[in-house]
Amino acid sequence: MIASFIQRAVMQGIPLLFGSTGEIITEKSGNLNLGIPGVMYVGGISGVIGAFMYEQSFEDKADMNPFLAVLIPLLCCVFGSLVMGLIYSFLTTTLRANQNVTGLALTTFGTGFGNFFGGSLIKITNSDIPSITLSSTSAYFSKTLPFADNLGWVGQVFFSYSFLAYFAIILALFVSFVLKRTRVGLNLRAVGENPATADAAGIKVILNKYAATCIGSVIAGLGGLYYVMDYADGVWSNDGFGDRGWLAIALVIFALWKPKFSILGSILFGGLFIVHNYIPNIDVSTQEIFKMLPYAVTILVLVIVSARKKKEHQPPQSLGVTYFREER
Amino acid sequence: MTNNTAIELRNLTKTFGKVVANKNISLSVNKGEILSVLGENGSGKTTLMNMIAGIYFPDEGQIFVDGKEVSITSPKHAYDLKIGMIHQHFKLVDIFNAVENIVLGIDEGSYNLKAATAKIKETCDKYGFEIDFSKKIYEMSVSEKQTVEIVKVLYRGADILILDEPTAVLTPQEIDKLFNVLRKMRDDGKAIIIITHKLYEVLEISDRIAVLRKGEYIGTVNTADANESMLTEMMVGEKISLNIQRSEPVNPTERLTVKNVNCYNRDGAKILDNISFSAYSGEILGIAGISGSGQRELLEAIAGLQKIHDGDIVYNNPKTGKSDNLRDKTPMQIRELGVRLSFVPEDRLGMGLVGNMDITDNMMLRSYRKGHSMFLKRKEPKDLAEKIIKDLQVVTPDTKTPVRRLSGGNVQKVLVGREIASSPTVLMAAYPVRGLDINSSYTIYNLLNGQKEKGVAVIFVGEDLDVLIELCDRILVISGGKVTGILDGRTAKKEEIGLLMTKKTNGDGGER
Amino acid sequence: MASKIVKNHTPLFHIAKRDELPFYKSLLIRIGSIVAALIVCAIVIIAFTGENPLSIYATIVEGAVGTKRRTWGLFQNVAMLLCVSLAVTPAFKMKFWNIGAEGQVLMGGLATIYVMMFYGETLQPAVLYPVMVIASILAGAIWGLIPAVFKALWNTNETLFTLMMNYIAIQLISYYTYVNAVPKGSGQIGIINSDTKAGWFPSLGGYDYLLNIIIVAALTVFMFVYLKYSKHGYELSVVGESENTARYIGINVKKVIIRTMLLSGAMCGIAGLLLVAGTDHSITRETAGGRGFTAIMVSWLAKFNPIYMILTSLLLVFLEKGAIQISTKFQLNPSFSEILTGIIIFFIIGSEFFINYRIMFRHSAKKEVK
Repeated sequence: MIASFIQRAVMQGIPLLFGSTGEIITEKSGNLNLGIPGVMYVGGISGVIGAFMYEQSFEDKADMNPFLAVLIPLLCCVFGSLVMGLIYSFLTTTLRANQNVTGLALTTFGTGFGNFFGGSLIKITNSDIPSITLSSTSAYFSKTLPFADNLGWVGQVFFSYSFLAYFAIILALFVSFVLKRTRVGLNLRAVGENPATADAAGIKVILNKYAATCIGSVIAGLGGLYYVMDYADGVWSNDGFGDRGWLAIALVIFALWKPKFSILGSILFGGLFIVHNYIPNIDVSTQEIFKMLPYAVTILVLVIVSARKKKEHQPPQSLGVTYFREER
Repeated sequence: MTNNTAIELRNLTKTFGKVVANKNISLSVNKGEILSVLGENGSGKTTLMNMIAGIYFPDEGQIFVDGKEVSITSPKHAYDLKIGMIHQHFKLVDIFNAVENIVLGIDEGSYNLKAATAKIKETCDKYGFEIDFSKKIYEMSVSEKQTVEIVKVLYRGADILILDEPTAVLTPQEIDKLFNVLRKMRDDGKAIIIITHKLYEVLEISDRIAVLRKGEYIGTVNTADANESMLTEMMVGEKISLNIQRSEPVNPTERLTVKNVNCYNRDGAKILDNISFSAYSGEILGIAGISGSGQRELLEAIAGLQKIHDGDIVYNNPKTGKSDNLRDKTPMQIRELGVRLSFVPEDRLGMGLVGNMDITDNMMLRSYRKGHSMFLKRKEPKDLAEKIIKDLQVVTPDTKTPVRRLSGGNVQKVLVGREIASSPTVLMAAYPVRGLDINSSYTIYNLLNGQKEKGVAVIFVGEDLDVLIELCDRILVISGGKVTGILDGRTAKKEEIGLLMTKKTNGDGGER
Repeated sequence: MASKIVKNHTPLFHIAKRDELPFYKSLLIRIGSIVAALIVCAIVIIAFTGENPLSIYATIVEGAVGTKRRTWGLFQNVAMLLCVSLAVTPAFKMKFWNIGAEGQVLMGGLATIYVMMFYGETLQPAVLYPVMVIASILAGAIWGLIPAVFKALWNTNETLFTLMMNYIAIQLISYYTYVNAVPKGSGQIGIINSDTKAGWFPSLGGYDYLLNIIIVAALTVFMFVYLKYSKHGYELSVVGESENTARYIGINVKKVIIRTMLLSGAMCGIAGLLLVAGTDHSITRETAGGRGFTAIMVSWLAKFNPIYMILTSLLLVFLEKGAIQISTKFQLNPSFSEILTGIIIFFIIGSEFFINYRIMFRHSAKKEVK
């Protein structure tokens, strides 16, 4: 019971982890991307489109090449979320539009995009199946480690996940390392703290902002892909992804802009998300009350973080501010 | 000659919107030379230098480095050409330490902060700099930050150094130290450009002096042939006497008494340490100190904007003869007590005025509450705006112009004009002439003197010690949040003030 | 920005800030951006439907104002979006990023439906309507107040706080609809009081939505005057521009933040009232319909001016209705309208750049004075 709870919590947490890692990179460059929910939607649906096309090209799904079955959705997802990152970067960095408004527009656009294709893909491609269920592709995505089943609860808690889940955790550790210990990280942090200083030091501010935002978007997009292909077993349902994107943004504050902290944070949030299924003897309506938990806890965290101000725990200093070199 | 020229500018022009910041400027700097670029505030010195440093791009004109024409497209490009600029507002990342700031943006193979630290130490030893490598920038004093900036530029191998107003925030002693370092670097063959508007410094440090006026190039003179009055004339375009009329205080009475005031900032550090003094009617009390020594907090404490931990601020009301304690009162409550306290804060557009509002709405800041109506009355503030524009010769198209669009001097006239309009009994002004040209500065000095003669207790926080000595009746010196001395303005010496400014500071003074 | 291949060392172009553009020029740029956006939208539509663009525009117009019922629906929707946009504007002008309008609207709606369900039969209309109004205003205001208090006390990030409050409100609606479901167990509340019409807004002159529209029109005028001519409006602009200035002149910043969010939340509550009592006569998780987010864009595009907001909300609703018509006609998912909305907003916010900056090309750099 507890082992299965932890396992489900981790699986719930992985999309959040992708999202928050992506948003941390983005915010370190001084861009507050409120479009992350939209980006994750687009990441998910792009992967779905790729997988759908690939699956449709086979009469017998067993003929599918496992390598391509994973690679195609992955590339589609990367491409889709990259385009979203580019739109955001172009508007906020090149055209210096307001970041919050751009982000919200991106979320509107992204969720619309996801729901539109989710709802119209079958019609557009004139195929005759009733719903988007990509179980064959999903089977490849959710392959777990072969020895997990033999290890009892240890296997269930630690080894029962797919490659994307492990990738998410390794990625978060890697990003933490890069931000803290490398020149790339130093430059990026300088851009987010004080772009004028970074610029005067010869760092390419615009390039850094673009790169961080786009890489961040791609990582966040993978969270969308993981959700559909692994967590939801390849079934796309409109609005199924829900508000996870917003929680990912909230997790950034929870993790104090450190991806390694967001590993634990995302699993905790994942647990809060599903805890209502594990409490015995409650009716449907009470479950609805329990579903408030992740949001209530987020609020609690926001309040606690803000109440005790520490210089090290503050957002990048020029977060949300557009930079123009010739400002005067 | 050409071989010895480090950098040459030909006919540079730069405009911002309709404002011509630089017009056809040509000048050159030799290797092993210190050139001063002298000009009033707003004469285009910084814009010109920013074009060399790759921050701005010239609209027209050519730049030659080592005899070759270049087009400097970015700060990085400037570094590649061995040009380094130390900006007036330091370009440092607050939460980084010195080493991280110095290596920032340089690609030198592996990322190794230890090796970099060793290399930085070498540079420091060569020129005699001292840096505390354990401190983050936000824990450093202004002079320490400046040192980091200079080392940063040297570390990048700059041969042409540009320093923008490097002395503005230093004590006389620190200035001497800086000048010694600059001379060492000059003797090392570096070309140094120093931007300033202080004449005596120019004469002391430079080999040649280039003068700008209103964005135009006036000429270059050898320092050996120059003197103050000649340079002033070149700078201002007319002969003016730089004397402030100082009258004797008439019948001074104690107007404001500050007693044993202690304040702490958000991080719990002490920013005001047992401050006591009195301000008298009909006199100007100057406050001198290194920037960040608690001047801002002191004025804000009096104005009711800074929480006071203990101590008292007593106001003696000349009308009623009563004494009121202003401690723990909000600005509103202070006004309701009938205290007519005016305050010209350091941050004009961020505190004194709202940049995006027009002049009328800015006048209204002080008066909009009048009356019980829910709605605003714009008639009176509009009249006041027109009066100030006329009386103080504010250059503006009309009262509907956002103050952000006005030049620094005009912004200050609007602000000071509004504060004086409420006929105060205490007037506090923090750095009221910072960034102003000479004529505007003198307008402000005259306004302050006028208030003093009306019997107002004027408190003037300044950074230019020469002005403090000329203008003020008494000068209070603070250092690290403590009062280190109160001197008579008529007899005080600059060096004496300088010593008091650094007396017993332990670095953690009042850094913001 | 600078390209390296150029031979004569001058960058191809560079960007400079410009002075204020004359009004007609900035208007032209904005109209141009909308036209460009419509062209891009047309291309997208053609890609999915293969229809010729003219007939598509005809479909959009038909969907928006094709029949009398649709036209009323359009105005009703504009009124609702406008109402929420007006509500977020004062907070927004104060630089308080209230993206919790969705939740505040829902809470207003929840309070309304509660009163309608449990007191609709027992209270006289003369008492019932005021109670509904007060309940919805209170509920919206409280939902706005909570994040404002924390913002005022500890500067808690209001963007995420208000956002999370949305989801709590949504879950409360879920809970409420499960508990009071009709029929039991369906998890839904159908149209309530459909026989007694208790608590329903009366139709004026036979028009169901006219009362809603009149109320919103009045609110628009109110908000315009409030922002421009009242002391409160002046105070909140000062706080928004610079908190330091506000403190300096003795404005109690905390009080202004709380007061403004109370107003903002209260107006969202009214929007909830209008949606429940004036339109849907029911409540679901979707009642607010994303208006809380769209409203922010409406308000921003209109530069916080309530009069311009009529235009921006009309534009967005018009396109939304049109896009829905296209979706129906070609059996596509109605989320199509969100894609179009997104594209149009991208273009409009992008066009601001050309209003605030000018691009100077290498050769034209010399004589580009204006």
